[in-house]
Amino acid sequence: MSLGKTEVEYISRLAAIAVDENEVEQVAGKLSNILDLFKQMEAADTANVEPMAHPLDQVQRLRPDVITETDEHEKLQSVAPAAQDGLYLVPQVIE
Amino acid sequence: MHNLTIKQMSEKLHAGEITSVQLTQHYLDRISKYDAELNAYVTVTPELAMAMAEEADRQLSEGTAGLLTGIPVAHKDIFCTDGVKTSCSSKMLDNFIAPYDAHVVTQLKKAGMPILGKTNMDEFAMGSSSESSYYGPTKNPWDHQAVPGGSSGGAAAVIAAGLAPMATGTDTGGSIRQPASFCGITGIKPTYGTVSRFGIVAYASSFDQAGPMTRSAEDAAWLLDAMAGFDQRDSTSLHREKTDYAAGLNNSLKGLKVGVPAEYFGEGLDPQVEKIVKDAIAEVEKLGAEIVEVSLPNKDLAVPAYYVLAPAEASSNLSRFDGVRFGHRCENPKDLQDLYNRSRSEGFGAEVKRRIMVGAYALSAGFYDAYYVKAQKLRRLVRDDFTRAFEQCDVIMGPVAPTPAFNIGEKTDDPTSMYLADLYTIPVNLAGLPGMSVPAGFVNDRPVGLHIVGPYFSETKLLNIAHQYQQVTDWHTRMPAQYQ
Repeated sequence: MSLGKTEVEYISRLAAIAVDENEVEQVAGKLSNILDLFKQMEAADTANVEPMAHPLDQVQRLRPDVITETDEHEKLQSVAPAAQDGLYLVPQVIE
Repeated sequence: MHNLTIKQMSEKLHAGEITSVQLTQHYLDRISKYDAELNAYVTVTPELAMAMAEEADRQLSEGTAGLLTGIPVAHKDIFCTDGVKTSCSSKMLDNFIAPYDAHVVTQLKKAGMPILGKTNMDEFAMGSSSESSYYGPTKNPWDHQAVPGGSSGGAAAVIAAGLAPMATGTDTGGSIRQPASFCGITGIKPTYGTVSRFGIVAYASSFDQAGPMTRSAEDAAWLLDAMAGFDQRDSTSLHREKTDYAAGLNNSLKGLKVGVPAEYFGEGLDPQVEKIVKDAIAEVEKLGAEIVEVSLPNKDLAVPAYYVLAPAEASSNLSRFDGVRFGHRCENPKDLQDLYNRSRSEGFGAEVKRRIMVGAYALSAGFYDAYYVKAQKLRRLVRDDFTRAFEQCDVIMGPVAPTPAFNIGEKTDDPTSMYLADLYTIPVNLAGLPGMSVPAGFVNDRPVGLHIVGPYFSETKLLNIAHQYQQVTDWHTRMPAQYQ
């Protein structure tokens, strides 16, 4: 399977990763090779096979709905690239 | 001191023959001397190590110390370590000082193990050579032209070169076992859910599993004892009774049934690696084991299935790196989307970006059934192969990797050829089984490991087999001449 410029732009949007104009071709080539590897899966007959999400087929564990976390707001925010007054700063979203 | 087993170190510490401060300083000195050439550590933490060593000595003198108290450890740079840079070998996290400890780090702190530092790895654990690190490749202590394997390549290298007595690693598709094989050390990936994932930077959560990387099986049993256990904070942590992993080390192997899958000795396997693995199996047979042929017919489907599922999970897990809450942020973003796209593009390396993009694509509308669901079905077929095989045998043995360590730069331009280096380890992760690599010989001075895979929760048995094998062989005691 060979990806073109349009597909790479679409995938770049899905992944929220900017791809440089001059890298598009190289990225397309390498992604196409990986998709070729996926083609090998088609050979297997999986008509009556259930998808498997967990090795031990376990389901999500539940816990009582009580507060267990302590407030570590300040410590966790100390590693933010831009924060002020307990808030994360991002470019203006609404005009 | 770096040639002692963990048991010997523990005995000497408890007898007062050596102190943790001396032992820790010895390793810090070796790191200063050798790590510049190996690049196995991303961060060395001498002050932290010495403070912890002093505390360990206090516990030793007061008689409150445990078996591992005072024995230093190196953590793969994927384990969050409070107050210490936790980079995952990515530019994205180059400025990230972890605000809390991973469960494994907490456990080993409780055990009294001084932290020497954080070891190099493939960026976000995505790789099989440790070359994709933002901090440059780690070299294989046996041959500086060779890769140490990956993704836990730094951890394997520090054990092989005697720059730490014990190390932690993680294994998503072979990342403990393959570097253990390439560096001639012992590594075990436990059953999925045995060791808590809390505080481990997530790659593919349904596969990620942490385990010990050490010189010998006995050392690994001791470290696994301290690492394993239920943790409420990991939603897939297994609630089971505490296991004593060292308890069965001395059991006899008489009557053990070893399954050898014909599919693991076919095309693509280096004939010299094949010989070493077959010799190792013959050695286990001499110890009383019986060899039976088993079949894993869906082996070849494992690699493509893994490279759909792991990137799909990664694309979701790594969406947290948004340039807002922590990690790298681009300069002068023009709007929020630009902030996301450019921060991620600048912060992630090429392989990480590739896997996120492939994963996002595999999960996207129109491809979800053909790729993601199909791969999940193959995952079951691969698991069922093992279930059937274990009806005929107690464990399976074969190669860890098709070749010894390859050269630095040899596979970097061809990601798919790198993926195939994991064809023997990946099926074990798909099934969630425990697997181990044990040093078994050398090809042109590069180490080769024996792969032992068991049913769920058979870690004690795997360690028993490896320990018995290590009683009659000395591959695990060898060190590269320049680091002896």
